Amino acid sequence: MENIVLTEAVFYVLLSLHTPLHGYGIMQQVSELSHGRVNLAAGTLYGALSTMQDKGWIESLPGEQSSRKKEYRITTVGRAVAVAELARLRELVAHGSQFLEVK
Amino acid sequence: MRKIVHKNFFVWQADLEEKWLNEMSAQGWQLLSVALFRYEFEQGDKGEYCYRLELLEDWPTHPNSMEYIRFVEETGAEFIGRVKRWVYFRKRTADGAFELFSDIKSQLTVNMRSVQLLTVLFFVELAYLLPASYMLYTAPHLLLAGVIALNAVLELLMSIGLVKMLAKRSQLKRELAIRE
Repeated sequence: MENIVLTEAVFYVLLSLHTPLHGYGIMQQVSELSHGRVNLAAGTLYGALSTMQDKGWIESLPGEQSSRKKEYRITTVGRAVAVAELARLRELVAHGSQFLEVK
Repeated sequence: MRKIVHKNFFVWQADLEEKWLNEMSAQGWQLLSVALFRYEFEQGDKGEYCYRLELLEDWPTHPNSMEYIRFVEETGAEFIGRVKRWVYFRKRTADGAFELFSDIKSQLTVNMRSVQLLTVLFFVELAYLLPASYMLYTAPHLLLAGVIALNAVLELLMSIGLVKMLAKRSQLKRELAIRE
């Protein structure tokens, strides 16, 4: 796999979509996970979801019968991308700890 | 109580327009509906709603646009209406912060739409001004001179607007080189 660097928003969306969620659900989940630090805006999220679908990292599911809300879920490819990103982040943390002498 | 305000904002003044709508909201006037140069307000609580507007990639009736509008509504916002490719949303401030874009990439995407639109309009106007000016030169005519003058002013304004939007694009790109 090429050297891909994910944005923070995309990484958190991939993590969140281990459970099927719809748009607003993703926004809430990401905000919760990051303790309010990462707040995805609707327009940004919509673009990210479109791109991630095109790349095959996530897929959409038909919504529940009562609502027309489209739900999304991570795919095997998406999982692989997230795992690779985690490895990259671990590397950054290791080097950062070395140089910056911060625990 | 309701009131109608007639106001003009040029393509490159979208930030100003958004700011104005939120200032009106802070004074208690909540935007109810929009039409070209025409804003209808309704009196409500001060700062009750937060307003955002966006230039869409496609016309609002396009399936992609409709899907996007529905998506934004599902996050708790209300679709107020549209003027050409501009769509207007609002969300109760009590329900939390309301932004449409939370990173630089998406801001850049939207900025590019304005740049594209302005560029097209600039060349369309030029396509009129050049032959019309030549006509004026060969057969001077007061009315034609007046019309050309007005269009020339508009062209000048659009040029300034285009330069502003391009400057914003450069700024965003520089920022993107550093951070998201």
